[in-house]
Amino acid sequence: MSSKVDQKRREFMSVAGLAAAATVVAPGVFLHAAGAAPRSEPVTGKVRYGMLIDTTKCVDGCDDCVQGCEKENGLDLLRPPEGADPEAWDRQRPRWIRTVKVKDRLTGKVTTLPMMCQHCEYPPCQDVCPTGASFRRADGIVMVDRHICIGCRYCMMACPYKARSFIHEDIDEKLTRAPRGKGCVESCNLCVHRRDNGGTTTACQDACKHGAILFGDLNDPESEISQELRKRNNTQLRADLKLNTGVRYRGI
Amino acid sequence: MKKIHYREWGIKSPVYWGLLAVLGVIMAAGGLAALYMEHNGHWVTGMNNQIVWGVPHVFAIFLIVAASGALNIAAFSSVFGKKIHKSLGRLSGILAMSLLVGGLLVLVLDLGQPTRLIVAMTKYNFKSIFAWNIFLYVGFLAIVAVYLYTMMERKAAKYYPTAGLVAFVWRLILTTGTGSIFGFIVARQGYDAAIMAPMFIIMSFAYGMAFYLLVLMFTFKMDGRPLGEKLLYRLKNLLGIFAAAVLYFVLVYHLTNLYGTENHEYEAFILRDGGIYTTLFWVGWIVLGLLVPMGIVFHPALGKTHGGIIAASLLVLLGGLVAMYVIVIGGQAFPMAMFPDKVIVASGFYDGVNGEPLYYAPSVWEFLLGIGGVAVALTATLVGVRLLKLLPVSLEDEIVDPHHS
Repeated sequence: MSSKVDQKRREFMSVAGLAAAATVVAPGVFLHAAGAAPRSEPVTGKVRYGMLIDTTKCVDGCDDCVQGCEKENGLDLLRPPEGADPEAWDRQRPRWIRTVKVKDRLTGKVTTLPMMCQHCEYPPCQDVCPTGASFRRADGIVMVDRHICIGCRYCMMACPYKARSFIHEDIDEKLTRAPRGKGCVESCNLCVHRRDNGGTTTACQDACKHGAILFGDLNDPESEISQELRKRNNTQLRADLKLNTGVRYRGI
Repeated sequence: MKKIHYREWGIKSPVYWGLLAVLGVIMAAGGLAALYMEHNGHWVTGMNNQIVWGVPHVFAIFLIVAASGALNIAAFSSVFGKKIHKSLGRLSGILAMSLLVGGLLVLVLDLGQPTRLIVAMTKYNFKSIFAWNIFLYVGFLAIVAVYLYTMMERKAAKYYPTAGLVAFVWRLILTTGTGSIFGFIVARQGYDAAIMAPMFIIMSFAYGMAFYLLVLMFTFKMDGRPLGEKLLYRLKNLLGIFAAAVLYFVLVYHLTNLYGTENHEYEAFILRDGGIYTTLFWVGWIVLGLLVPMGIVFHPALGKTHGGIIAASLLVLLGGLVAMYVIVIGGQAFPMAMFPDKVIVASGFYDGVNGEPLYYAPSVWEFLLGIGGVAVALTATLVGVRLLKLLPVSLEDEIVDPHHS
């Protein structure tokens, strides 16, 4: 008698269990079936995003990439605080990308190039951050978690590329895709919002009419960036530090 | 050695409260400056995206380094068995804790998000020396508190040697951690050197001793307590030796750098062409901060006057602040070698065009915050000696007996 009851109980439990499992799993299944946006999936290490910058195509005096970045990430919305000295403010305002002109010490050859976060495989900014706010995503993007950044600026001390900016003032206006706040550090995040919405380019790349900037997946041997990197030599800035940067340069 | 008696600092109430009032005003100014900077954001300071750590860091690191050094006087007794120093241990402990609290306050109030301190206490990246330092600093306060207790409570006296050893080892690790904040930075030419940690330790010996001497002489003088000459001379001689040791480390640091061609430009910047940083290095740090005080304390006549010892201690402290300025600000002002075989001729982000140093003009708010931190440290010390039995009633030579160390 008791074994019969147990049997029935067991059957009921397994049906109930299946039903519960289906309730939990089904939405996920349907989401997949509906081809949801990539943002519903965790970031994977199968890809590593990076950029190739062909400095031979870069034109002196052009700063389209800077303008494109500023517009995309709401940096153009920033205004100097009332009473701020314009020159001092210019040193304090954030920049995610800037143009730099360098002259070779031996040959005197002048090269113009854009500089931004180099998205290192081993980022010094991540190493020194006390709270873990400075982090590297599985897909290679190095960025700041502004919820836990305490504004200590140690990452800015440690970055060999001077790629980071501190927000020195109150922010009146900002974009949903690029939140920012006084007292936190930020830098180029390879237009991470585009990654999470399935975009395939960065704002600086789109803005560059000379085709000097190429964004893509370094891990995919078939991607355009990988093919280009295989074709000709490329340079890492401060290669001596062995940070294995995700941003590579050609022509310097 | 006779039995040492300790008694609360017995200066007259109006004098005591007057002192606290003066320090209170300085602390209030520092607090208001911090509020002002926090309310507006760092744009009201001289800091920018090139020089990211300013004068507050200079003061904070200086106070933290001095804090660990101030504990040495106690450690000489419990670790190295120098009995003469035992009577000095309690003041050493309270001064060390006070200086650390002052330094930490400045550091925390200069954060971009000081209200997120709780985040720093709950989320850790253990690869960061900053994260380690949070434990080292908090641990230091706890360990020194226990150490003080073993000095003051007879029932705990049997743990005194152990507590002393733990505190001494801890303070060495702490200053190693502070020096490594710079030592671990590979990106900047002036840092990224293992010698930073031991150099900071030896600097802490000097600055801690200078603070200690000043506080000891001041509190004893105000209270009319006798302070034996031999004991005082011993301490001032130690100050001179520590200053000489700092000089040695600075020499080794720069000589090592000068040997490597990659560092020549940085060395030229600090030692010859760096404008304000070069002046501060030679005049402020080397001459006024080390050579002159050494000359004073080892001078047969000057070194035996209270005025001379006070001047030497003040100069060592001034030199210490200047040293931190040269290290912290000078190290940032020198352009980073982003393109080692190239010269930057134009930049949209002030990258040190043509090797020009990066610009920083400190604001008054930053100085007020830093000085406020010093006032916090002094207030905590004075309140401590007023409320607790930390100061010996007498440090006459017959009582401490320097011949039986």
